[in-house]
Amino acid sequence: MIVIDAMSWIFNNSGVFFNAFNRHLLMCVLSLGIGFVIAVPLGFSVARAPRAAFAVINIAGALRSIPSLAILSATMPFLGIGLLPSIIALVVLAVPPLLLNTIIGIREIDTSVIDAANGMGMSAGQMLREIELPLAVPSILSGVRTSAIQVIGGAALASFIGGGGLGDFINAGIAIMNMPRLLVGAVPIALLAIFAELAFSALERVFTQRR
Amino acid sequence: MKWVPKHLDRLLEALLEHLYLVFSSVGIALVISLIVGIWAARRPRSFAAIVVLTGILFAVPSLALFALLIPVMGIGAAPAITGLAAYSLMILIRNIGMGFQAVPRDVLEAADGMGYGTARRIWEVELPLAMPYIIGGIRIAMVTVIGIGTVAAYINAGGLGVIIFEGIDQRFPEKIIAGGLLTSFLALFADYFFASFEKLLRRRSGGKAA
Repeated sequence: MIVIDAMSWIFNNSGVFFNAFNRHLLMCVLSLGIGFVIAVPLGFSVARAPRAAFAVINIAGALRSIPSLAILSATMPFLGIGLLPSIIALVVLAVPPLLLNTIIGIREIDTSVIDAANGMGMSAGQMLREIELPLAVPSILSGVRTSAIQVIGGAALASFIGGGGLGDFINAGIAIMNMPRLLVGAVPIALLAIFAELAFSALERVFTQRR
Repeated sequence: MKWVPKHLDRLLEALLEHLYLVFSSVGIALVISLIVGIWAARRPRSFAAIVVLTGILFAVPSLALFALLIPVMGIGAAPAITGLAAYSLMILIRNIGMGFQAVPRDVLEAADGMGYGTARRIWEVELPLAMPYIIGGIRIAMVTVIGIGTVAAYINAGGLGVIIFEGIDQRFPEKIIAGGLLTSFLALFADYFFASFEKLLRRRSGGKAA
């Protein structure tokens, strides 16, 4: 049984496995965090400026058309191999969905709400904190979910440019045609992605109902 | 730009292999999803379950999915096309189901009243009305599979990914960028082509362009 062989390999090499697992998680969390810090403020600042928003939306769309594999491998000529180029590439993967969903979230806010806030004499800062941000949260979370899936999948490819992570086991498994080793990489990656999808979907539902 | 002008034939070959992977996987998925989508559209509870399940499966990264197929199917075009078809299925079933659910109930009743059988009703009434949704699904599936298809090169399925992987192995940036950009152009072209087609159909069926 391949599955049992894979489990026993993890059990016997738990140090190696958890090193790779933690590295995979570190890459995902860091790049998603950095992507969030870049994309959400940028989305807020361009959403109300039609021309800037148009440019940003098109650039983000073009970035999304580049395959993850190409984005990861394209960092290599500039930054070499290892963790840093992997994280930079994953940030590039994380930003477009976050940016697009932030802009969508702000644009979907009813103009009458904004007018009412203006009429009540709210300052721009108050408007942002009390109205725009809370109302845009469900859409932003949807962006986080899409980005998380992109980044978890991208992190699996980081192994090709020496970034480490769970992709290493898939690489090793294919190189020596060892099926259990292949599963040691593939199953946790798949479970991680499914978990992220379910967790962020649940969060999205909670925030959508609260409105 | 030294390598590209001298190896246009290699790039063309990789492009054709890529197109073969994309068309065969989306084609297989389209046939299956038409059957499943039409069946599920009339069963709201099954359809809701299918939408949730496909959403979860769609999250599985391509490299992991290919790796999970290798113990069963080995390496090469077969597992690659199977994996790519699986991604297309998740997109297409959703869109086709939604397209058939969007057909107004009174239109269906009118067709029944005119004595159309189920098969004729699906073929002559529902399919044309659901067509913009179906084309929309094909558009998203194509764009997704064109991108993910680059990873298929890793399991010996050929395509544009071969050029990218060679670039990684040989530390040859020009190959990485050539393979990557060609894939992007292909994705953008497919997106534009099917989006135009979708708009045309929506205009013709009198609905508003989405």
